[in-house]
Amino acid sequence: MSTLKISDLHVSVNTEAGQKPILNGINLEIDSNQTHAIMGPNGSGKSTLAYSLAGHPKYEVTGGSVTLDGEDVLDMTVDERAKAGLFLAMQYPVEVPGVTVTNFLRSAKTAIDGEAPKLRNWTKDLKSAMEQLRVDPEFATRNVNEGFSGGEKKRHEILQMEMLKPKFAVLDETDSGLDVDALRIVSEGVNRVRETTDVGVLLITHYTRILRYIKPDFVHVIVKGKVAEEGGPELAERLENEGYDRFLSSAV
Amino acid sequence: MTDTTNPLGVSEHSHGAGVHVPDAKRDARTRSFDVADFPVPTGREEEWRFSPVRKLSDFFADAPGEARLNVTGELPAGVTVEEISLDAAQELGILEPEDRAAAVAANRTSSVTHYTVSADTELTEAVVIHADGTGTDLVHGHVVVSVGANAKATIVVEHEGLTRYSELVSLVVGDGADLTFVSLQLWDDGAQHLGQHDAIVGKDAKLKHIVVTLGGDIVRLNANVRYSANGGEAELLGLYFADAGQHLEHRTYIDHNTAKATSNVMYKGALQGKDARSVWIGDVLIRPEALGIDTYELNRNLILTDGARADSVPNLEIETGDIEGAGHASSTGRFDEEHLFYLMSRGIPEDVARQLVVRGFFNEVIQKIQVPEIEEVLSARIEDELSRSVL
Repeated sequence: MSTLKISDLHVSVNTEAGQKPILNGINLEIDSNQTHAIMGPNGSGKSTLAYSLAGHPKYEVTGGSVTLDGEDVLDMTVDERAKAGLFLAMQYPVEVPGVTVTNFLRSAKTAIDGEAPKLRNWTKDLKSAMEQLRVDPEFATRNVNEGFSGGEKKRHEILQMEMLKPKFAVLDETDSGLDVDALRIVSEGVNRVRETTDVGVLLITHYTRILRYIKPDFVHVIVKGKVAEEGGPELAERLENEGYDRFLSSAV
Repeated sequence: MTDTTNPLGVSEHSHGAGVHVPDAKRDARTRSFDVADFPVPTGREEEWRFSPVRKLSDFFADAPGEARLNVTGELPAGVTVEEISLDAAQELGILEPEDRAAAVAANRTSSVTHYTVSADTELTEAVVIHADGTGTDLVHGHVVVSVGANAKATIVVEHEGLTRYSELVSLVVGDGADLTFVSLQLWDDGAQHLGQHDAIVGKDAKLKHIVVTLGGDIVRLNANVRYSANGGEAELLGLYFADAGQHLEHRTYIDHNTAKATSNVMYKGALQGKDARSVWIGDVLIRPEALGIDTYELNRNLILTDGARADSVPNLEIETGDIEGAGHASSTGRFDEEHLFYLMSRGIPEDVARQLVVRGFFNEVIQKIQVPEIEEVLSARIEDELSRSVL
């Protein structure tokens, strides 16, 4: 079993106007096979948490720690974090000109496993994952995210999660911009990985909609860069009915 | 990444290269063997406006230059070489120079080097000619390649070393012949190279013209194609990688002056470093008699770092609508920190990420080159360019 431990994490974002503090002491502990939903109003710091875990250079950690099975994640470069088993499904996946999806996925798998995947199994697994995510086979020869629709980009993120089999996956608003059918297909993809591996999932979302498809074990509400409330799945239901108003008014 | 595609019927528009609109038709440009017909460029002319003409003044001077490149290479049976006069070269039906530097090169070289592939010869391996620089004295060169009817040949000219080289290359592709001509610019830093490559393509003949420009401070190559009869095919491929301070300029001009011919131009370039500069100009003229022709021009640039600049200008002049197709595409994309973050967040180390992007980008054009003799050189040199990355 693995554990991702976030302790008193403080993060600032570098803006043109200087450093702006976003996270003000986040504490979270996630074990393998658990799914934690991170919810909160816009601007509460949810995406900042996701990007700081992955090591985006725009975000600066000003205090606290993140460890994966005791290893200091914050000390690792972006690629080392991925090799350690962290995966971030991005809200806005980046277009990479000149690199085909096939080439990208194989390079990523090779980097993470430390050796090239066996060609026959790899091709078979990739084909099957693409079929299940209803991804057009032609997709494989296109450049990464270039000209993809919003839904295609999200499916491509989950395809990577399926192929790379991380220890911990952070899904940053994977539900945003998806229609009902696409949401179901993407959620099924995430659930397949949960069933077939020991992945721990940090599911970041503004809405409760995706939680109907991906059932969380725990729900954490982040407000103004701190965890304001924690509970089981019932907390999500309460948010569904009440919204975030009570957190916002009490936090003012 | 921006992308513009121009469908049939739009003859003139700008692709981000400023407000300059050429006032004359492409065909109106002077062509002559007489140097006096070309004024010394000032940099304001349409064909020189992107070029660092002030650094090239002695390329325009009508003065002797007896220096030569050091040329080595073995010729197989069916291929001969001889030194001939300019008059004799003109009798072979070569095209006239289109700018002053090419006219000076033709007139001031000590002799014309004429390679002949005799009719019906089919070479199975590429002829590789090394033409190396010998220093900074200005070199004038004129190379003519005549390929006889129904012959098939691949000729690679590999340029290395330090030079200041002004050349006219004249390709005469006979009826039914198939010529692949490759010019590799692997010059040392400090080299300067101006070239005009003119091809005249015979009836049902094929020309594949390939330029790979990686080395040199200033390289400016024009590749011009005209047809001597119907049914010719021309494929022009280019690959360039501009580092800090390099000016790499490539111009193509397809003069569709016969019926049923085709042309396909694909140039791709990567740029990295401060003041890395590339220029691509792709001109096509479809004359009234060019019935049923098909043409496409494509240029893509990948900017790897800040401080680099790529200009890309396709120009299509259509004088008959009775054609199969005519189009072009031009784009310039950036490799930025977000790309790097995305690739690295999937475990890919930074150096591999950069290689992946650049190799992938060039792949489309490398696949079309299909000259095994240069594949290794090419991939090694591209790796070398990447390893010199300024980041």
